[in-house]
Amino acid sequence: MSCKLTQRFVPGYLDGELDLSRTIEMETHLQVCAECARELERQQALRAALERGSLAYAAPEALRERIQSSLRAAAPAAAPERAGGWHGFPFLRPLLFLRWAGAFAVLALCAVVAWQLVPGLRGPSNDQQLAAEVLTSHVRSLEANHLMDVASTDQHTVKPWFDGKLDFSPPVEDLASDGFPLVGGRLDYLDGRQVGALVYQRRKHFINVFVWPDAAGSSSTQTIQPQQGYNMLRWSRGGFQFWAASDVNAQDLADFVRILEARTAPESK
Amino acid sequence: MPGAATRERFEQAVLPHLDAAYNLARWLTRNEHDAQDVTQESFLRAFRFFDGYQGGNMRAWLLTIVRNTCYTWLHQNRPADSSVEFDEEIHSGESPGGADPELQVLASADKETVHRALEELPEIFREVLVLREMEGMSYKEIADVASVSIGTVMSRLARARTRLRQSLGAALGKES
Repeated sequence: MSCKLTQRFVPGYLDGELDLSRTIEMETHLQVCAECARELERQQALRAALERGSLAYAAPEALRERIQSSLRAAAPAAAPERAGGWHGFPFLRPLLFLRWAGAFAVLALCAVVAWQLVPGLRGPSNDQQLAAEVLTSHVRSLEANHLMDVASTDQHTVKPWFDGKLDFSPPVEDLASDGFPLVGGRLDYLDGRQVGALVYQRRKHFINVFVWPDAAGSSSTQTIQPQQGYNMLRWSRGGFQFWAASDVNAQDLADFVRILEARTAPESK
Repeated sequence: MPGAATRERFEQAVLPHLDAAYNLARWLTRNEHDAQDVTQESFLRAFRFFDGYQGGNMRAWLLTIVRNTCYTWLHQNRPADSSVEFDEEIHSGESPGGADPELQVLASADKETVHRALEELPEIFREVLVLREMEGMSYKEIADVASVSIGTVMSRLARARTRLRQSLGAALGKES
């Protein structure tokens, strides 16, 4: 009677934290397992009760003003801290070394953060792994009949659909006039996080564009070695990282990316 | 303290998350005035650390600071409150078959009852529910904010939900 999947996977399913294949498995399982279905129903009822309660507090306007004025007091416009500072308190001079300690700490932190964020520093394996993930997601999206969560050729329908589902707002552009109509969007999971997936069409072919915030903030384009007959490109623009995967030919994909890059660059900030 | 140019950058990047910061502080302190003080203090601390911030998830970064400031404040001002039973067992009252009475309770729970039930949960359970259900954060983000593992986030969330369901059941069972 007791289903061992209930405790383990129902919460993750509810919170959208399962990977795609586990999600599909769970959807099938929920149709046959009464225990899991009932638990999910209760969890959803609890969530609905929390939503009904509209429990989130908004900050009072006065607080915003208070914070802004206290920040202003801490860092005045004329930046006089350099002028006064140590000259006024010569006896504090021995403490000057603390600045260097601080600078060193920041440097060390930068190194750690760079190590975490810049894939190049950790060798090629990270990129290859990500390329494999992108490819799998692309293939699976075509296979599992799960190409789109929102089917629309209108960028003003697709973009708001992501609101509240992602912790960022992906740039969405329709390229129909250039021969690459937008056909929809969906949520996907790459590199250990939720990402937006935009689906474009080129004649009978589909192009998946995966997008998520790029912490490194660089601006670059990179062709990925074709794998299993699929072409892939990655690029970074305006604080986002993009990956495109498709079975269209390499020239078409490169054209597509060039057009999309030109459209997304100026207004993504 | 960083200078004026940094301040402008800071305001642009961090102030948009003021509501999230205040909401967390409000739920953790359970008091409007204390929440305002703690939020302001958190923003000043965040500003001090801002030069060391190198990108990444701004909201999670800010909420980590808010959370730490809240706990420091709670320890200083309400030491009696912060005791939490960590080893608590989950008793789920299973009643097999038929219509699900728990579901009916959850469906009928009104705003005030939910509010009170959430407010009465221990902090570590309250905070995961606030971050998950109100801020829509992922397990990974919650783990970063609370400085615990994803596994701990999952078990706290499960226990928080169970306890909330139980106390809603108890509160509404009494009324009818």
